[in-house]
Amino acid sequence: MSGEFEPLIIGFTCNWCSYRAADMAGTARFKYPPNIRLLRLMCSGRLDPTFVLKAFREGADGVLITGCHPGECHYIEQNYKALRRVLLLKRLLGSMGLNPERVKLVWASAAEGGRLAREISSFVEHVRALGPLGWPQRAMANGRYAAREEIEEVPA
Amino acid sequence: MSENGKPKFAMYWAASCGGCDIAVLNIHEKILDVDANFEVVFWPVAVDAKYKDVEAMADGEILLTLFNGGMRNEENAHMARLLRRKSQILIAFGSCANEGCIPGLANLSPVEEIFETAYATVSTENAAGIRPQPETQVAEGVLSIPAFSPVLRTLNQVVDVDYYIPGCPPESHQIAAVIDVVLAVLAGKAQLPPKGSMLGVGQSTVCDECTRVRNVRKITGFRRIQDLECIDPQVCLLEQGVLCTGPATASGCTALCPKAGAPCAGCYGPAQGVLDFGARMMSAVASVIDSNDAEEIDRILDGLVDPAGSFYRFNLAHSVLRTGRASWNGN
Ligand code: SF4
Ligand code: SF4
Repeated sequence: MSGEFEPLIIGFTCNWCSYRAADMAGTARFKYPPNIRLLRLMCSGRLDPTFVLKAFREGADGVLITGCHPGECHYIEQNYKALRRVLLLKRLLGSMGLNPERVKLVWASAAEGGRLAREISSFVEHVRALGPLGWPQRAMANGRYAAREEIEEVPA
Repeated sequence: MSENGKPKFAMYWAASCGGCDIAVLNIHEKILDVDANFEVVFWPVAVDAKYKDVEAMADGEILLTLFNGGMRNEENAHMARLLRRKSQILIAFGSCANEGCIPGLANLSPVEEIFETAYATVSTENAAGIRPQPETQVAEGVLSIPAFSPVLRTLNQVVDVDYYIPGCPPESHQIAAVIDVVLAVLAGKAQLPPKGSMLGVGQSTVCDECTRVRNVRKITGFRRIQDLECIDPQVCLLEQGVLCTGPATASGCTALCPKAGAPCAGCYGPAQGVLDFGARMMSAVASVIDSNDAEEIDRILDGLVDPAGSFYRFNLAHSVLRTGRASWNGN
């Protein structure tokens, strides 16, 4: 696979549905690409938009957020809150010049291992087509995003 | 210490509007305490001293420097490094030095676009299309001006900072309180706060200081305050559909704007524990929208004009992403 861009995807999953769906995908041997790193939250409503911004800053090319189907949230309606946050976050990213398609929200119940695996595969391919984001690397390279600089000597 | 035995004080403006300097002069008779207890060695807006006077000082000779403004060009960054070396205590003073403030919003645009706006729009007479050049050859030799940086950086993205005083500008009563602490420390009656502390700011949010009533009401549309026919003087502005950033903003200003009928714009910076101001506001806004339907939510969100400018008005340069994509990508 030398040379082909391998996107790095961070996946935020809900403990009650999609995390179990991913687990089931594993047990049932449904394949999905290794590009995604899954993180478990107790609920998609726990998703602070800061997590997504940090993922991009630290080098993610895409972020997948998964939660229970509408009406099936274990915390009544926090998945709707996640929906509102994600829709707003996409607008914000768009106005900062990031392609909002790098963020995707998917509903998957604990029984939908196969569907989740397919969703992950298609998102990985979509982000692959969008190309690398490379937020810190590219920006660091041209000195535009440097962390705190060393304090320079100033001639007296 | 100077000849008269007083510790030395400096204040500097980098990329800023001058409001922070005025805010310090606006502390009324407290300014006399500053004069009585400090020798003002460098303060471009108030005293006549040159960069070379600062360069000639010993390292750490200045006890206290209030630094306002962001790092927009090489001169700003040079002065930050110089004053860092010469000062025992360096304070990032005001929103620009803390988090970029309004000048930091230029991080959404690449340099060429900023120059285009500044040197080529209708209000500018510049038929020859002149743009600032770091170096220009003239008969007498080479003239140089400080290079414009690709993005605006905050003070602590360039040098080590001891304390932070937020606000655009910091409120007089907060500045006066900080001066009292410094004077108490000088008199041996108090200890300096731990390095890195935020000074002159509350521990809570603007909402907490706001007197408007919250009814946990949800909204079905956003409107700019000037488009509201009548504003309920008692009720939370966010619940009236006006984007008010009180939930994400540090307290300290006594909720001046919402009390006066205008939404908080976030000038006191992120409240304690808020890493990304815009993200906190996104969570707050998502909670007040009264819909569970994607299409309807999108329609409601259409009412939020200029998301980046409203959610990061004061803190883009210090947000998690720091800039828009164009300014670091170069296209
Ligand atoms: S959102 Fe604004 S108007 Fe509402 S309580 Fe907070 S500061 Fe006051
Ligand atoms: S209400 Fe908000 S914008 Fe107004 S002074 Fe206070 S912090 Fe600044």
